[in-house]
Amino acid sequence: MIEISSLDQKILQALQQGLPLASRPYEEIGRQVGASEAEVIARLEQLLEQGVIRRLGIVTKHRQLGYTSNAMVVWDIPDDLEPEMGKRFSEFDFVTLCYRRKRYRPKWPYNLFCMIHGQDRETVLQQVAHLRKTCGLEQVAYDVLFSGQCFKQRGAHYFKTA
Amino acid sequence: MDELDRLIINELQDGIPITPHPFAEIASVAGVTEEEIVSRIGQLLERKILSRFGPMYNAERLGGGLTLAAMKIPQEDFEQVAEALDELPEVAHNYERQHELNMWFVLATETPEQIAATIETIEKNTGYPVYNMPKHQEYFIGLKLEV
Repeated sequence: MIEISSLDQKILQALQQGLPLASRPYEEIGRQVGASEAEVIARLEQLLEQGVIRRLGIVTKHRQLGYTSNAMVVWDIPDDLEPEMGKRFSEFDFVTLCYRRKRYRPKWPYNLFCMIHGQDRETVLQQVAHLRKTCGLEQVAYDVLFSGQCFKQRGAHYFKTA
Repeated sequence: MDELDRLIINELQDGIPITPHPFAEIASVAGVTEEEIVSRIGQLLERKILSRFGPMYNAERLGGGLTLAAMKIPQEDFEQVAEALDELPEVAHNYERQHELNMWFVLATETPEQIAATIETIEKNTGYPVYNMPKHQEYFIGLKLEV
């Protein structure tokens, strides 16, 4: 964990609900936290460099964009092969996220998770078949979990709003 | 969605510049004013095509807790459990998935310790066990959807 100054804390809090809808959003943030636009920019650059903020950007509702087939593809990869496979999966441009997670044998043997967001199921299944073949995973247990209903999609809240 | 909406979505997924006029470049590409870009972003948020405009935090670096968890819920209780999760501010996403483990949700808390407490609350309130699947290693986060 990284020490965060009180100005940083104020900036992160002000940004929690999103960037202000203004043509000079950093000036607006500065007004809210009592700092200049240049200070806000310098602090944000630092927070990005430290990795406290991953990036400033937009998040789309993928279903609204026609990406209705969202699959979590899970694999039971032997532990010694797993780091290599995580890196290989990440090189496919249709893989949008890739993580190693805790498994629960025997009920849940899968340790490597990757997400594929596709416009239709058929394409996603072809991409999974392509992964199995190119990475030599024909013998490896896997499962494809398509998403059904979405009950909630919002950003995480890390700061109490004042 | 028109051309301008698409341009905004495709360009800004890569990041919003941290400069005094972050929308000047995209405005000049599109041949519109910065104010028009901003007002269009507002409309995309209102139409719920965008769910967020701003920073993506790194929970761990902030000292927060973050995990993915799953439960196996019989169909007849599904709606009720979904509603119970919806009421908890710690639940950031909740998806139904087609599997024996059919409810999948992300928990985000201010401290790592609160993850266990939240899971306990969920188990107590719903009567179903929670499979906590914390991330051990991150290989790639590159979610970008072209439109």
